[in-house]
Amino acid sequence: MKRTLSFNGFNLVNGFIMILVVLFTLYPFIYLVAQSFSSEAAIYAGKVSFFPVEFTTQTYEVILSKPDFFRYYGNTILYSVLGTFIAVSATAVISYPLSKAKLRLNKFFIPFVLFTMYFGGGLIPNYILVAKTLGMRDTIWAIVIPGAISAFNVILMKTFFANLPNELEEAGRVDGLGVFGIFTKITIPLSKPILATITLFVIVGMWNNWFGPSLFLQSKEKWPIALYLKQIIDNAVSPAEIGAASEQTGQIAASVKSTAMVLTSLPIICLYPFVQRYFVQGMMIGAVKG
Amino acid sequence: MAAHAHDNVVDTSPLWKHVRKEWKLYSFLIIPVIYFIIFKYAPMIGNIIAFRKYRGGPNILGSDWVGFRYFEMFMKDPTFWRAFFNDLTLSVSYLVVKFPLTLIFALLLNEIRWMKWKKFVQTVSYLPHFISMVIVAGMVKEMVSLSGPINAFLAWLGHEPTSFISLPEWFSSIYVTSGIWQSLGWGTILYLAAMTAINTELYEAARIDGASRFRLALHVTIPGILPTVMVLLILDIGSILGSNFEKILLLYNPLTYETADVISTYVYRMGITGGNFSYATAVGLFEGIIGLILVTIANEISKRTTKSSLW
Repeated sequence: MKRTLSFNGFNLVNGFIMILVVLFTLYPFIYLVAQSFSSEAAIYAGKVSFFPVEFTTQTYEVILSKPDFFRYYGNTILYSVLGTFIAVSATAVISYPLSKAKLRLNKFFIPFVLFTMYFGGGLIPNYILVAKTLGMRDTIWAIVIPGAISAFNVILMKTFFANLPNELEEAGRVDGLGVFGIFTKITIPLSKPILATITLFVIVGMWNNWFGPSLFLQSKEKWPIALYLKQIIDNAVSPAEIGAASEQTGQIAASVKSTAMVLTSLPIICLYPFVQRYFVQGMMIGAVKG
Repeated sequence: MAAHAHDNVVDTSPLWKHVRKEWKLYSFLIIPVIYFIIFKYAPMIGNIIAFRKYRGGPNILGSDWVGFRYFEMFMKDPTFWRAFFNDLTLSVSYLVVKFPLTLIFALLLNEIRWMKWKKFVQTVSYLPHFISMVIVAGMVKEMVSLSGPINAFLAWLGHEPTSFISLPEWFSSIYVTSGIWQSLGWGTILYLAAMTAINTELYEAARIDGASRFRLALHVTIPGILPTVMVLLILDIGSILGSNFEKILLLYNPLTYETADVISTYVYRMGITGGNFSYATAVGLFEGIIGLILVTIANEISKRTTKSSLW
């Protein structure tokens, strides 16, 4: 009897702790959304906590009526799509031979890739290489190429390839497929789960990428949304340009900042619940090896 | 590996014959290896500008050797040492809070029997990991702003509003709390994975011996995930001089440099903003080498004490 009681007691405490964690995690989002639908006066007076106060959709109307916002959004989409395509294909191509135990030179190539996980060139040499030596400054290439292959993603994909049943490749060979045919017609179609995982890892990274573009993109018309958002948060855009100055502070209104943050993270938040399992899956494959 | 038994047949032919036989597979590596040489290894070699007087421009070799001059310079620079100790303080504070909290959270998640609720808590707690650093920093600034909810709560308790983001003494708390918010849930994934791999017979046996739920966690679950705990600890120790560069860059300001400026942000300001490329590279190289040494040491210790290691 006593045991059952302590059981329920524990479940109660545990449930309570979990509710606290959920609230702690969600509150900043709730606050941002509440702020984005509130009037500036109410925000300034500190009245907004959980729900919009003096509900208005005006801030959204102002931001969405600006062509700027869509242009930066479009750039982000372009960088994400192209960057992800390059990254995923390059990762698949390098991981395939590395997954083959019969290749004796992998003894050399695998450490060659893995070493880059523990030591990197550092900020300044990377900057000089990309911006000056390769002359990629202010081009899309500086955003989509330097980070294309990561050793971690290679480990994930190589592990997946190595665990595919060998018989299927054998069958392809019997049907007269060459090395390249086996890779594109058999291995790749069988690897959809890992391709999905890595695509998602890369696409989220590209979507959220701020530092790379801030380092390499000078022309404002090439900016991704993250860079523009940073300017809004820092009050570095003139309030007139964004079209919503706060009457109280003369700076960009807090509601504008929240609205811009909500609009930028919206695609990730909407997509996330449906693809979460791929991320978890990816981490688990990595863990077995890592 | 058993499935690939025939892959393991020892190939004793000369290497050139082996390469000629498998050249099609090896040819897949050509472009990626060139990529690694240019984008990963060339910057490592590019660190030689730490020993030369590089003045900008595409050619890193068109300058004079100066030996360790830049290293001597930063060793005497109090700003460097301030960044060094801030880096240590921020990473250690974060690690000390994050490590036990993540482990406890994973153990508590593991005890939830109502699967839909567990799934929900997991989904929610992983979410912040996917939010861009720019937005995280923006959220933090809104949360702690003078009209934000934290000050509203403090006002309700009768305190004066505080401008947390511009006070050096608050930076580490902001850094650690936002870090926990970002990683608490995501950090449990590998622990939960390790927990599902524990043999259920161990639990059965302990239960028959009358072990309580707490004892099961202590004597079965924790030993079961110890290798994972060790590997994650090694990785964390290896990055002890690598506080979250992007987040600090987005959160700090000249008012808080005193406690917020770390080595990587110092390198950024000296090199990218200030144009002192060689000096900044010397500082960055120092940080990278310390990191590599720390990972190696931690890995050795772990290998000897728990038999789990990264390599």
